[in-house]
Amino acid sequence: MSAEKEYKVIGTRPIRHDGVDKVTGRALYGADFQAAGLLQGRVLRSPHAHARINSIDTSQAEAHPGVKAVVTSEDLTAAQDKMVNLGEGAANLKFMCDNILAREKALYQGHAVAAVAAINGHIAEEALELIKVEYEVLPAALEVRAAMKKDAPLVHENLKTDEMGKKSEKSSNIASRFQHKKGDVDKGFAEADVVLEHGFVTGTVHQGYIEPHNASASYNADGELTIWCSTQGSFNARGQVAEILQHPVSKIKVVPMEIGGGFGGKISVYLEPLAALLSKKSGRSVKVLMSREDVFESTGPNPASYVSVKIGATNDGRITAAEAYIAFEAGAYPGSPVGAGAMCVFSPYKIDNGFIDAYDVVVNKPKTNAYRAPGAANVAFATETVIDEICEKIGMDPLDFRLLNSAKEGDARVDGPVFPRVGIIETVEAAKEHPHYSAPLEGKHRGRGVASGFWPNFAFKSSVSINVNPDGTISLVEGSTDIGGSRASIAMQAAEVLGIPAESVHPTVVDTNSVGFTDVTGGSHTTYTTGYAAHNAAQDIKGQMMERAAKLWEVDATEVEFADGVFRYVNGKEEEIDFKALAGKLDQTGGPVMGSATVAPSGPGASIGTHVVDVEVDTDTGKVQILRYTATQDAGKAIHPSYVEGQIQGGAVQGIGWALNEEYIYNEDGQMTNASFLDYRMPTCYDLPMIDTVIVEVPNPGHPFGVRGVGETPIVAPTAAIANAIYHAIGVRMRELPMSPGRILKALGKI
Amino acid sequence: MPEKIHVKTTINDEAVEFLCEPRESVLEVLRDKLMLTGAKEGCNNGNCGACSVILDGRLVNSCLVLGVELEGKELETIEGLAEPGKLHPIQDAFLENAALQCAICTPGFIMATKSLLSQNPNPTEHDVRFWLAGNLCRCTGYDKIVRAVLDAAETMSSEVSA
Repeated sequence: MSAEKEYKVIGTRPIRHDGVDKVTGRALYGADFQAAGLLQGRVLRSPHAHARINSIDTSQAEAHPGVKAVVTSEDLTAAQDKMVNLGEGAANLKFMCDNILAREKALYQGHAVAAVAAINGHIAEEALELIKVEYEVLPAALEVRAAMKKDAPLVHENLKTDEMGKKSEKSSNIASRFQHKKGDVDKGFAEADVVLEHGFVTGTVHQGYIEPHNASASYNADGELTIWCSTQGSFNARGQVAEILQHPVSKIKVVPMEIGGGFGGKISVYLEPLAALLSKKSGRSVKVLMSREDVFESTGPNPASYVSVKIGATNDGRITAAEAYIAFEAGAYPGSPVGAGAMCVFSPYKIDNGFIDAYDVVVNKPKTNAYRAPGAANVAFATETVIDEICEKIGMDPLDFRLLNSAKEGDARVDGPVFPRVGIIETVEAAKEHPHYSAPLEGKHRGRGVASGFWPNFAFKSSVSINVNPDGTISLVEGSTDIGGSRASIAMQAAEVLGIPAESVHPTVVDTNSVGFTDVTGGSHTTYTTGYAAHNAAQDIKGQMMERAAKLWEVDATEVEFADGVFRYVNGKEEEIDFKALAGKLDQTGGPVMGSATVAPSGPGASIGTHVVDVEVDTDTGKVQILRYTATQDAGKAIHPSYVEGQIQGGAVQGIGWALNEEYIYNEDGQMTNASFLDYRMPTCYDLPMIDTVIVEVPNPGHPFGVRGVGETPIVAPTAAIANAIYHAIGVRMRELPMSPGRILKALGKI
Repeated sequence: MPEKIHVKTTINDEAVEFLCEPRESVLEVLRDKLMLTGAKEGCNNGNCGACSVILDGRLVNSCLVLGVELEGKELETIEGLAEPGKLHPIQDAFLENAALQCAICTPGFIMATKSLLSQNPNPTEHDVRFWLAGNLCRCTGYDKIVRAVLDAAETMSSEVSA
């Protein structure tokens, strides 16, 4: 277990196994699903942020030629008020059902009210216009701090605040409040020479995957339900559909199609239950698609937030205490990622005296969902900016400050967990040693900023099975949907164990009836956990193949050794056979060989990144240009370095978009006014330079190859790194995201 | 229901006929009638480029062109790019540079790249970034895509000169 360990496959850069399908347009994504007699479904959505639904009349829509079924919440069994597990966290079943089809009240603009299946999409859209909904518009709670006030309009009349397990007497939009305490904060602040405290605001942002949500369903007369969809987790989708429809999980098969991005936003189901209901009612297969507008208005964006951070430090740069107040908008139903935010707010640092006070607040906006390191970027924007200000005050290099204060193995986070081996310091050192950090930066209104980002990573459950083919290759069957090259990173781990080339593994992502339970592709767990399962399944194959070699040579299996893809007899006889040749002799030695493994490991290993960015600010227009960008990150062990770099680059650019452009712009009635890619301005390639990456490898003791998940961490640091760079360019501290041209000009006092 | 119109066109060098309603876009015709699902719908209003195709030599978003407008025209889609048993150099360059993650945008990027290189065989990094600004990718941060396009340009020019 060390970075020096030599690998034959791991660390190389083979062409990904699904690559040809994807560059030729042959890969089939959810919306590409076709079936005989397939109907098209569309969804009617509330135009109001908060409204009582007095009546829904679907009769005209039902009578429209070409319409085959219409459903409303009447078609959903009234759900129990109970918690169910969803993979990345649990959810209340009643809330989950109400989010699928509004019952009694619409809680946000875009909330689904009814769905139609028709012989084509245009007719389905015509039918939506024929559905008459009588709304009684109610005052809306639209912003986290306003929603927390006593006189705020209530999103749910009966929601009580859960405060560390105790329920409040009065109803409130504060769904829950929790705290973490470590050491003595008052004493810590008293020891500080500098204490700074500032509040930071972030807007609602969307994951922005290019593929809209989709789901197709076929509900058979015997109750067998098949769903084809683009999901981050087929088993999790199956579980949610089973709960929402109160349908036996064993009668649901989810077929994961290729998925066009998720970033956390394709874990919750939205369309799957509707497609199933429409299929049941019409007796036909039904495909339901979202428009881009639907995606913005009706899926689960990242919460807007208010975060206030107070940090004390000595003049020689030692943090003495830190305190955070974190309030996240959950959207229409409780369950923002504020818990994860609290895990991350101070975690790159060794904090002896810390206090975190966190709030989950419902507002009349779409129910938020995971977005790449959910919650972490909201809080890092605050902490990493305050640290930059402290460094300026005490005259210390910000990377030196991080070297001095970084958490190490054995240090405990403010929220409790003790770090095993982590590479926090190593990523800071890598940033400091990178030529970017020492390169001169000349020119007017240019500045350099740094920030670190932390994500704990998660480990869920995964299963893999492997069949040995007679030509010496293996077929690897997995349940993890491949969003960014995970077929390759998982296959390579099996190849490494068996001493065969990556190209000799044929990975296939299969449906929920064809592999063991596997959790979502999320939480940066896939290369870690499913890779772990592939390693163990390959070990199973290795053991069986050693028995086959023993049988071939008529010796005892304990006398067979395996190294570098070759089986050898160890006691005298000069027998050896490689994996491929032995695979050709399976019929002579007992028939087919298949192996499998299912794992639920517990040591995902945190990943941290440190980013360096140079910006230039146009003080006439307020536009910020990224001139140069470097991101370092601890990958534990990079299985396929190209795709690790890709994760870092992609995450950094999502962070750049969040920093400079992206936000939901609402009008005073709580309606989103920029629900298109034109107006919700994500970065294009013309906005960006190359993104330089440095992969740091501090092996994770919790994985056979030392893997740490890499997907989420890279989005955490960019917003603060850019805010700090803007300060060093124009001398203005930005405390609200995005730092769009208007806000820059405002901060400069120009408008 | 609107009456359907008979359209005769050429797609990937093959004569094709289809019936479509006047309101149906080329993207709908390709995906739902001709089963050419390589062009993807990301926004349906011309902002993402996932449905990019080449119409009479010009790069267009197929969601913004009506199916009936294909009458007598020549259309190139991602499905027509590779030769039997051999990928196009742009496709190879995307694979070798790991210029795809979820890959929903990849067919659109490859078609846009083909269009760029047919007009500008030796683009600079700036040229590539300017031309591809109509195609959104949310996974890669574009770094590896830009490198793939520059690589493809180099390969294709050396093939031409050889």
